[in-house]
Parts: sequence; structure tokens; C-alpha cells
Amino acid sequence: MIFKTAAELGALIASGETTSVEVTRAHLERIEQVEGRVNAFLHVAAERALEQAADVDRRRAEGEELGPLAGVPIAHKDVFTTKDMPTTCASKILEGWVPPYDATVTERLRAAGLVILGKTNMDEFAMGSSTENSAYQVTSNPWDLTRIPGGSSGGSSAAVAAYEAPLATGTDTGGSIRQPAAVTGIVGMKPTYGGSSRYGLVAFASSLDTPGPFARNVLDAALLHEAFSGYDPRDSTSVDEAVPPVVAAARQGDVAGLRVGVVKEFAGEGYQSGVLNRFNETVELLESLGAKVVEVSCPAFTYALASYYLIAPSEASSNLARFDAMRYGLRVGDDGTRSAEEVMALTRAAGFGPEVKRRIILGTYALSSGYYDAYYGKAQQVRTLITRDFEAAFTQVDVLISPTTPTTAFPIGERADDPMAMYLADLCTIPSNMAGNAAISVPCGLADEDNLPVGLQIMAPALADDRCYRVAAAVETALESRWSSPLLTKAPAL
Amino acid sequence: MCLGLPGALPVVNEKAIEFAIRIGLALNCEIAEWCRFARKNYFYPDMPKDFQISQYDEPICFDGYLDVEVEGETYRIGIERAHLEEDTGKSTHVGGATGRIHGADYSLVDYNRSGIPLIEIVTKPIEATEEKAPLVARAYATELRELVRALGASDVRMEEGSMRCDVNVSLMPKGAAEWGTRTETKNVNSLRSVERSVRFEVERQAGVLDAGGRIVQETRHFHEGDGSTSPGRSKEEAQDYRYFPEPDLVPVAPSRAWVEEIRATLPELPAARRVRVKAAWSLTDEELRDVINAGALDLIEETVAAGAAPGAARKWWMNELSRTATARGVELAALPITAAQVARIQALVDAGELNDKLARKVFEGVLAGEGTPDEVVAGRGLKVVSDEGALLALVDQVIAENADAARKVRDGKVAAAGALVGAIMKASRGQADAGRARELILERLGQS
Repeated sequence: MIFKTAAELGALIASGETTSVEVTRAHLERIEQVEGRVNAFLHVAAERALEQAADVDRRRAEGEELGPLAGVPIAHKDVFTTKDMPTTCASKILEGWVPPYDATVTERLRAAGLVILGKTNMDEFAMGSSTENSAYQVTSNPWDLTRIPGGSSGGSSAAVAAYEAPLATGTDTGGSIRQPAAVTGIVGMKPTYGGSSRYGLVAFASSLDTPGPFARNVLDAALLHEAFSGYDPRDSTSVDEAVPPVVAAARQGDVAGLRVGVVKEFAGEGYQSGVLNRFNETVELLESLGAKVVEVSCPAFTYALASYYLIAPSEASSNLARFDAMRYGLRVGDDGTRSAEEVMALTRAAGFGPEVKRRIILGTYALSSGYYDAYYGKAQQVRTLITRDFEAAFTQVDVLISPTTPTTAFPIGERADDPMAMYLADLCTIPSNMAGNAAISVPCGLADEDNLPVGLQIMAPALADDRCYRVAAAVETALESRWSSPLLTKAPAL
Repeated sequence: MCLGLPGALPVVNEKAIEFAIRIGLALNCEIAEWCRFARKNYFYPDMPKDFQISQYDEPICFDGYLDVEVEGETYRIGIERAHLEEDTGKSTHVGGATGRIHGADYSLVDYNRSGIPLIEIVTKPIEATEEKAPLVARAYATELRELVRALGASDVRMEEGSMRCDVNVSLMPKGAAEWGTRTETKNVNSLRSVERSVRFEVERQAGVLDAGGRIVQETRHFHEGDGSTSPGRSKEEAQDYRYFPEPDLVPVAPSRAWVEEIRATLPELPAARRVRVKAAWSLTDEELRDVINAGALDLIEETVAAGAAPGAARKWWMNELSRTATARGVELAALPITAAQVARIQALVDAGELNDKLARKVFEGVLAGEGTPDEVVAGRGLKVVSDEGALLALVDQVIAENADAARKVRDGKVAAAGALVGAIMKASRGQADAGRARELILERLGQS
């Protein structure tokens, strides 16, 4: 049961061959079996999940018209508010906080009949690329338990790769969906900025944060994408347009005649040769499928990482100010002798982890009077240049491709004390956040050196999310026929 | 209302944008074609997000003016900008002598107003007002309050905090080229306090400068009790607010068509209205000022529109009803009587069916909730006795009973008739037509 795709499970439930309760129970059992080694979840809501499943089964029995994913379980990143489960963002400062409201994404999952199994681990406040920055636990990569599952949405990617859930939500601010998907051998999509609502997503960097889906195949990702995306008047940056036809695109993967650009800047030093080998093979594969591949230069992408690490921390320094012990969450030092200011300082010192503090300090500095123009202001100019590079590229090609990450999953602990090395994991993914366009990661094989998954990144213009799915589906179909089964079946059994 | 919950997002209030444009247009401002919100970052318990959504270098309205009159002279107050922001919560510091956070035992925060739209209107420096500075400042605040009220954008109740003033004062020697250092007195919350705080600061700063001292640029607190100000936070240790464009909101770009539509629906503005009303009702400046200060202008206009003569309408609202409002401790407009009802009572007076004394009883009845004016007249049996026979009988009776007064009238002391009229009114329990009674008395006593 747990090895089936979300689309298959939805169909089996719809036809009455199984029930949501049975499917949910199977996944809860799997969680019980493997979670001790994977540590993907911060909170498993077994009872609530079975209640939700029973509710979907009842609605179906009453003849209600339900969507294709109704009754299918899902793992939900702990950055989205849920009124029936804690929401901690993997931070001590929000330990035990149960929000009084559901995020729009949460609301839409429920409306689509998806059964929320629990909340997944992440880097604290989504800051990181390995999920090691969680204040609670370290999540393992199901391919190799000594390695990281990517981040920040590493709990979600691990849960899907470990068959604890067929689907998961994530958020992508600099690569936090695509990079974990790539290193765990699954599919992860960053929709166009504004294509999915941020309402109820606890903000890291408001101008970059984008909710998106994880799944073990392209069609499932598209079904989930469609289920929770679309206009939301409660998010002013939400785009008031129909969701692009992502499901149709995922069903008819086809690249014949498509113009594909290879980003010249994303290769060379720092790239693992096994990653580049799989990427180059995939380029050849696309050509064999009828795509016209050309090399495209996007010079401003070289500065994307540096400018990202000014913009994202700047916004974070402001977004995270509200964790001040006054209204919710942790409160330290309130013994009746201390001022509000002292309690705020003590709480924030105790409640935030080192990476969060690092970024708050970085952002506070970058926005300071006298430094604003040199840092935040300059970074915004670079952002404009990146957007222009994309615009220019998309006049020549329909999609751009690159490796999703320069390397495969690295060992737990390897980069924990080296923030710069950690930041490099998002080198290829950041430009799409800066420009707000759509991008997906789809598995393209195992690296020669370590037999670990490699991801292909496909980038499309804003609001052309369907193009990502179309190319990803074509690559998936061709590679799976070459491998004679999905990549994930090659992962060692847990 | 904003509690700054994790994950919550702001949305621009369209009505607030419309009101801001209305205010901007009424202040003769330019309206930005494109502007953004910014975050002003600082930690304070009454600010739930620990940043305030405001506008920084891109205000929605800029470069306007408002003319005010002080002692017959017109001052043009330049408007630098008017920008939108969200209000913060309200802190109450309990314990301690000053009511400020320092020395307080604990503090309470009311978040009910946090996130409510607020417009901050900043004037340019108002130069060369000299000894009239306190009056000009007050006149500006008064005129601005009238304007905003007329535009319907706020109830502008300073005592409730829906209009608050920060007052900046600086002095420069006559003929000097550079302005002096300014101080900013925060949260001055009545028109009288605006005047007093400026007067205090002018005198305080003059004292410092005359003694060869230096003015420190700082914010100051105003003390209602003695009208003084005292230093608050010094600008020299001021916060760095780290302003940056609010990424959760999209830019506001009011279309020119919309701006023109708003311009076309602006109501008559207070200054124009004052000119019109003063002429139409033949009022002196003082009378007009009293009417405005009493909050009676709208009510009198409505009463006039309902058919009453302006003089009569003004008389009822400014005397009878103002007294009642004061006694009850409510605003005039909050009294349980409508302008139409006031007009109806006056119509009964005009028709001779009520005299002033009876009319007052009708007011009393309406205000006591006894019904409409006609219902009160019927219910209390209040009608002028103008039946000549009954009145003549009373006149004869009163002349007989007041021989002294009657003789004086016969002897030509017409003023003595007043006592006889009074006696008639008393005997009729106020229901006699006093005018007619007087005529009949004079007739009977050979004086007409």
C-alpha cells in the first residue's frame, strides 16, 4: 500500500477498493516502523489523522464529490499554521504553540480531503540546507542514514522518500524544496512566487518564501500543486490568475521542439563530477527526445547567492522580531523584577538557535542606517539584474536547466560549522527565488562516487509552472524506462 | 486588529486609501501615482510585530497647504506630506508617579487599535509666526480637525486618541538664516494643549537661549496639569528604524480616474461652509465660533433645512439643548431629539400654538422619551389658550386683583403691564398667549 503513488491511492479510495482509514493506518504503521531512524516528523497526529480519514470516508459514503487526492495522507511542514496541531518552525521559541488559525495551504489541503499525518522537521524557521538547524532533532536521508535529507524542508523530503507519506508540503525560499528533493531522489516544485498563498506560512523572507509540493513522481506533485495553489485575497502578493494547467502538463510530458537552455554559469569548480555526469547525460537525453538544447549565459546568477544572503536575512530580521515573549511562545526571565525589554532579550537569546541569530544579526546590520545602500540596496539591484537575465534567456529558450545542487547529500555534521559551505548547497536554486519564477527538481540518476541521487532543475518563466511539469514528466518517463523502475526503488530498504 | 501572530499577513484597507486621498485633496496635496509601504523596525510591547507598517520616503499625499485665520490674519500652513500607517496598541503603565513606563509596577497593553489605519499629516515649518505661534498652531489643529470630520474620515475625538498631535517648536533670532534646533512634544491630546505646549516651549527655549544655552534636539512629554513639557528620549540616542519596503504588501497606485472621482465627491469644506453659513444666518464671527465649538453647525443646518428660521434653530440648539447636553454630559448630537423634531416644535411656535415656555415643556417631554413633539403636546395638554372669551375673563380678573399695577398702567406706566401678564400666565398655568394677553390688558386700561 505505502509504495503506491498518491494518484493510485486516490483512485483506489475513490473506487471503494480501499478506504482512507486503511491507507492512513498503513502510513501510520510505516511511520512507527521507520521514524526512529529517519526522524522526519516533529509531531505525528495519529488520532487526528484517523479522524480526518474517517471523515473523508464518511463524506464519500454520503455521495459528496471529492477531488483526486481525497483520503490520501500527507506530511505537512511545521512552518504552516494548523489549528489542531502545534506549529513550532522547529524552534524552541514556539515550543508547544498551537495556532488559533489554519494557513491557507492547510485549509486547502483539508478542503481537498488530504489527511494530515503530522508536522515535519525543518531547519529552524526554514534557515538552512540540511535540517540540522532544527532545535529538536536531526533528520536522516533515507538513502543513507548518516547523511542529511537536505533543507530546510528536510523532514518533508525524508518522509516522502521513506514512504512515510506519499506527499508532503514544503516551502522554498532559496531552494528549500528543490534541494531536499534532489538529495533524496524525489520530485519537488517551487511554484511561481504568488502562485501559492503565504497566509499562515510563518515568514522567513517574505519576498522569497513560496509553498510547494513534494512527491515521488511528477504527476503526484502536480496534483498536490493544483490542490493548494491559486489566488488568496489574504496574501497581497498572491497572483489573481488561474493555476497553470500543471496536471495536464504532468500527464503529457513532451519536449519535442522545445528550446532548452543550459545555464553556463552552473558548472565547473565546486560541482561533484558524478552530479555533472548525470546532468550531461540528461541534456543528451533531452536532445534525443527532440529538444533543441543551447547554452545560455546568465552572468548575474554569479552574484545571486551573495545578494540572497543580504535580502533574506534583512527580511528575516524584521519578520522574526515578533517573537518577543509578549503574546505567545517562550518567555524567559519574567520573574517580576525584569523589564519587558530584558525579558525580550533573554527570551530571544534562549529561544533562537545559532543560525537564526546569525541571520538576524546579518540582516539587522544590512538594513542599518549608513549601510542600507551598500548592502540591502545593492542586493536589490542585483535582484533586478537576475530577473533581467531570466527575461533575456526566456526570449531564446522555453526553459532553463541546471543541476539542482552542486553535490549529493553530504554527511550529517560535515558542514554544520561552516556556514559558507552550507550556503553553497543553494547556489543553483537561489536565482529562481530572486526572480520569482517557477522551478522544479526531478531525479536524474545516482552519482558515480556515492550512489546518491542527483536532481535536475528545470526553470520556467513566472506563471509557466506547467512547462516545468511538462519537461519533468518527459525526463521522468524516459529515465524510468531506461532504469526500468523509479529511481527511489534503488534506495536501500529501511 | 493585529496581534502579530506567526504567519499572519497584512492587506491594505482600500477605504483607508480612499480616505487618505480625500484628505490629501482637501489639503491641496499632490497624490502619488505610485507609492509603497515600509517597515519601521523597533521593539516595543504594544507593537505586536515589533515593526510598524508605515510609509517612509513615498507618502501617498505630499506638497499641499491649509489656510487658517488667526485674529483676522490668514496663515498658509504648508503640508509636507500625509502618509498612511497602522496604529499600535495602547500601553497603560500602572503604578509609579508619572504614568510612564519608568517607575511603573507593571504595564497593560490593549491591542484593540493595533493595525487600525492612521494618517499622519506633517506640516512644513510654519515660519515667522512670532508671538502668535501658539494661536496659529491651535488654529491649524482646529481647522484640520474640522476638515477631517467634514470628510468623514474619522470622528477626530482627541480625548479618545482618534486624533493626536506631535508639536515641533524651534526659535530663530529675527533676521537669522538658519532655523534653531527643534524639540518635538509628543501626544498632545487637546486643542488647548496644543496652544499651551507651544507657548511653554517658546518660553522655555527663549529662556535657554537668552541665558546663552543650547537647545537639545529631543522629544518631550506634555503635562496636562501645569501645561509644562519635560524631556523624553533624546534624539542623540535615537533608534535606527531600519526602514525597508514592506515585502508583504504590493505598491499602491491610485489611478488618476479614481483620484478625480474622489475629488468630484468632496463635500463642501469647512472654510467655504463657514463663509456661506455666516452670511446666510447673519452671524458675527463670535456667534459662528460658538456654534462650531458647540458641535451645533450640522444640527442647526438640518433644522433650518427642515423649515425652521436660522435664528430660531440656533436659539434652541445653543441654549435649551446645549444646557441639557451639558447637564447630561453628552454631545449635542447624542441627545435623543432630531433636527426635524426641533423644526416641528418651532413650527408650532410660529403657528401660535405654543409659546416659548410651552415649547420648552415640549422639549422636556421629547428629551424624556415621551414621543414626538405632537405626541408630547397632546399627552401633556400643552396648547396656548387663545380663546378670546376665556382670556378676557382672565384679564378682567387679574386687573381686579392687581389694582395697584392696573392703576400704574392707566397712568401711562406701560411697563407695569408685565406684572399683569405674569399673573395671567400664572393663573393659566402658562397656557395663555402672552402676547395677546398683553394687548388685551393695554386695551382694557386705555393704552392702545
